[in-house]
Amino acid sequence: MATLEIKNLHVSVDTDQGKKQILRGVDLVVKSGETHAIMGPNGSGKSTLAYSIAGHPKYEVTEGEILLDGQNVLEMAVDERAKAGLFLAMQYPVEVPGVSVSNFLRTAKTALDGEAPKLREWIGDLKGAMKNLRMDPDFTERNVNEGFSGGEKKRHEILQLELLKPKIAILDETDSGLDVDALKVVSEGVNRAKEETGLGVLLITHYTRILRYIEPDFVHVFVAGKVAEQGGPELAERLEAEGYDRYLKTEA
Amino acid sequence: MAQHGIKAHEHKLVPLQTRSERPRSTSISDFAELSNRQEIWRYLPMDRLQGLDAEVIGEVSQSELSISLAGTVTASWIDSSEPIVGTAGLPEDRISAIAWTNASKTLLVEVPADQEIAEPVFLTLKLEELAAKALHIFVKVGANAKATIVLDHIGQGLLAENVEILLEPGAKLDFVSIQDWDNGSSHVSNQLTRLGKDSVLKHVVVSLGGDLVRVTPSVALDSPGAEIQMYGVYLADSKNYFEHRPYVDHIAENCVSNVAYKGALQGAGAHTVWVGDVLIRETAIGTNSYELNRNLLLTDGARADSVPNLEIETGKIEGAGHASASGRFDDEQLFYLMARGIGDTEAKRLVVRGFLNEVVQKVGISQVEDRLIASIEQGLEKAGV
Ligand SMILES: Nc1ncnc2c1ncn2[C@@H]1O[C@H](COP(=O)(O)OP(=O)(O)OP(=O)(O)O)[C@@H](O)[C@H]1O
Ligand SMILES: [Mg+2]
Repeated sequence: MATLEIKNLHVSVDTDQGKKQILRGVDLVVKSGETHAIMGPNGSGKSTLAYSIAGHPKYEVTEGEILLDGQNVLEMAVDERAKAGLFLAMQYPVEVPGVSVSNFLRTAKTALDGEAPKLREWIGDLKGAMKNLRMDPDFTERNVNEGFSGGEKKRHEILQLELLKPKIAILDETDSGLDVDALKVVSEGVNRAKEETGLGVLLITHYTRILRYIEPDFVHVFVAGKVAEQGGPELAERLEAEGYDRYLKTEA
Repeated sequence: MAQHGIKAHEHKLVPLQTRSERPRSTSISDFAELSNRQEIWRYLPMDRLQGLDAEVIGEVSQSELSISLAGTVTASWIDSSEPIVGTAGLPEDRISAIAWTNASKTLLVEVPADQEIAEPVFLTLKLEELAAKALHIFVKVGANAKATIVLDHIGQGLLAENVEILLEPGAKLDFVSIQDWDNGSSHVSNQLTRLGKDSVLKHVVVSLGGDLVRVTPSVALDSPGAEIQMYGVYLADSKNYFEHRPYVDHIAENCVSNVAYKGALQGAGAHTVWVGDVLIRETAIGTNSYELNRNLLLTDGARADSVPNLEIETGKIEGAGHASASGRFDDEQLFYLMARGIGDTEAKRLVVRGFLNEVVQKVGISQVEDRLIASIEQGLEKAGV
């Protein structure tokens, strides 16, 4: 059982015009096996929350806490957070020229486990996971995310999720840019990870479509840097029908 | 095209000085003495020449150059007054003229026509004293022949060198020049190449060690359909000054040139200079040309100068482009790798290796690649990266 606790999180970024506050007191608890959907308008700070949990150096936490099983995540370096069991599937995965997918994945697995995976087993796992995600085996020899289509990048993120076996995963718009089939394939990947490892999921999305495949236990409405309302799956349906107007009005 | 986090700067396509107007001569007195006021010596740390610019210098002895031939390739020392010498090009600067004048002998390496030589030829120059010496090498690849030649510079020494490379029609050559000197060494190498019709030259420069290393590879594309790939990889630490000035002269129709140099620098005082000149003359219709230089600064206090110059005298070309960028590690790349559990040092190594890989993979000679990879690892170790 793992528990990710976010308490009163305030985060700013440095901009050319000075410090800009983006998160204004986020409270959230995600436990193993649970799926939390976060929905909210563009620019409300969803990715900022995701990056802050993963430890991106651009984001400065000015107040509040992030705890994983009581441990202070904010004191951990980026790689330590991953080692502690956190995973971020990025909205815009980064290209790493000259580094092959296979080298990257093996290096990551070795770093997480503290020892190199047994070659045979590893190759089997890799092949199997790629097959499940309908990824061409040639991808292992390509450079990380270089020249990948939008959908391929997202599959590659979920491939990592399945191979690296984190405790809590944040999926930042993994569904954006996926066609109908890819959405299904990717959702199956997430559900497999949930089943096999009891993964806790924080799923950031704009669409209820993915929620038909990955059923959320909780839905949070994210507005202006914090959670404006929480509810069950039915809240997602209402948001899709009504939009965010009512929240924005009360904000203003 | 620019990588994230690295600033790309586009230069205006205005020639500084028309490259074609530079004087060519074997006579030392036709060139002014070296000064930082001349563009071609602008960056050079003069105190590191250690006498390489003196009018009279010694000559490399034949025993200092070991030759490992392959197939039907031949090598012989000929008199530098033989008519073949100078047929691939003439000096464009004073040190090249000094090397020319002081090398009484020339090593002639010949690949007979129509021969395909599978194994590489290795020419290994090992110097063991800090005395200025001249060396002249002439490589001739016969029509439709194919070969690989590696020229390796090791040990400690002071060398002024001319390398001429002549490809007859349809010939293919992979030529690698490695500068892996011990500290204290200085080396100025002018590499002149002339390509016959439909010939293909892959010219690779690998600079790993030396207090001063200056390599000026130039190619005259004066026969139609010729192609040159010029690659460079360098790894400079605080002891090194590396200068690379590739020059491509497009004269004939339908020639192709591609220049790509990549370097990593680490340590205060590490300094590299790359000046890439491409001249596309009025006659060079159908030219396709691209030049690129990228530098990765691993630590503070390192300096990479990068200047692409593109002169175009005709509009009737296939394409011409250039890119130049120098910068620190890309934070986004490091974050991505670290977010998967990869530690800071390992992540940086992956990024550097990946960065250089693009060119390392082009070398295509496993012995050279292995050595390069080992040097890169060593360099990273030293950088504490
Ligand atoms: N480095 C930065 N400099 C300036 N502003 C930034 C920076 N990073 C984020 N922001 C701003 O913070 C706000 C929140 O951005 P964030 O990416 O977290 O939004 P989001 O909720 O993920 O939006 P979307 O749904 O479009 O992905 C935006 O207004 C964005 O412009
Ligand atoms: Mg976002």
